[in-house]
Amino acid sequence: MSSEEWQIVWFTAWVSALSTIVILPFGLALAWVLARFTWPGKSVVETLISLPLVMPPVATGLILLKLFGRRGPIGSFLHDTLHLDVVFTWRGVLIALGVMSFPLLVRSARVAFEEVSPRLEQIARTLGASDARVFFTVTAPLAMRGILGGMILSFARALGEFGATIMIAGNIPGQTSTLSLSIFQSVQLGQDADAFRLLGISTALAFVAVWTSEWLMRRKRTFK
Amino acid sequence: MSLVLKNISLPLSDFRLEVSAEVRSPIITVVFGPSGAGKTSLLDLVAGLRRPESAYIELGGGVLTDTANQIFVPTRRRGIGYVPQDLALFPHLSVGQNLLYGHKPGTTEPFAFDHIVDLLEIRGLIERGIGQLSGGEKQRVALARALLASPRLLLLDEPLANLDRQLKTKIIPYLARIRDEFRIPVLYVTHDRFETRSLADEIIILIRGRIVQSGPAQDVFRKPATLDVAELLAVGAV
Repeated sequence: MSSEEWQIVWFTAWVSALSTIVILPFGLALAWVLARFTWPGKSVVETLISLPLVMPPVATGLILLKLFGRRGPIGSFLHDTLHLDVVFTWRGVLIALGVMSFPLLVRSARVAFEEVSPRLEQIARTLGASDARVFFTVTAPLAMRGILGGMILSFARALGEFGATIMIAGNIPGQTSTLSLSIFQSVQLGQDADAFRLLGISTALAFVAVWTSEWLMRRKRTFK
Repeated sequence: MSLVLKNISLPLSDFRLEVSAEVRSPIITVVFGPSGAGKTSLLDLVAGLRRPESAYIELGGGVLTDTANQIFVPTRRRGIGYVPQDLALFPHLSVGQNLLYGHKPGTTEPFAFDHIVDLLEIRGLIERGIGQLSGGEKQRVALARALLASPRLLLLDEPLANLDRQLKTKIIPYLARIRDEFRIPVLYVTHDRFETRSLADEIIILIRGRIVQSGPAQDVFRKPATLDVAELLAVGAV
């Protein structure tokens, strides 16, 4: 593999990992709220969260482009106040991956939180624990398998993202090129050998991620 | 120390829980009634795990809930020990970690760690996981965990429901010991006559959300107020 290909693999892996870490607190908070509370209009929130799973990724990318472009409501704010550009930068890749993998994290974590008996949390409160302590010492540890599974699924989804990424970040070699974008470009240029090498790497990464996630989900809790 | 419950009102699925009562220490007050009478809901209200439509709840002179004046002390500040029917031991923690969850270091007797662990004879279990305990051991660990948080009131929701008669007979003396050692009021929910006869100092009979009779255990057993109460307690006709 060439150094350029290694750079693509490295960039794809770390930006996917970073996007998973960035969405983690928001995803867990939302999953916990969805698991523990009901309110009018909850189904609208649930639908909105799941939209990136079913919408064409290119359409989601277009929305992100409009929001984060220099003339967009968020993009202009970031540019004017923090002098940060998102579109056609690695930050664009990060946002595209985060948005596209967010629903998978929320869904897995929500199921995991729902499996934790609210009685355990209530009894922890009777023992004097604050809400934060209950979450970090009872809820999160008991939901950890599902949370980890969701993180790995999100990471795997981010590794393979294409449509939204190309819309908001383009395919700039050395800056925004990910594995998927590079495979597409290699095929377009007739460089089949390059494409197959990258395909092999993506398949191996995806296999390990999904297998680990499945293993975590199926593994029975083994408390002593 | 006494627990005062006034004008409690909470709508349940097909009736309304309406209760006024006083629970004193050091006695065990058994809330006795058929399944679905609102007994667990009553304990949840006292512990602050549910919000009533209206209620005045006072413990040891301090107001815990007063809907008229919009007072609601959060569960974690109530100082109430609660052992639910399923015990709710934290399965991912060891027995020792469960016991220390609500315990403040340096607590003096009778709520000192060593004292409670010896009283309930669970010292040998501290290193174990929750899954390695028998039913009776789990019961004692749950009781100890609640007591180690130095509660001012103990709520026990059918804590022996999943045990056979032989095990119940073994655990009941521990409960009597708790009453005598800690001198805090104990509100004990059950629909089991054997437990009621063995433990109750006072009885509150709750049927479909209403108290139909209350008083010293002997009086209630001797003179059930209605046929329903007599049937529930399986004593002779009124």
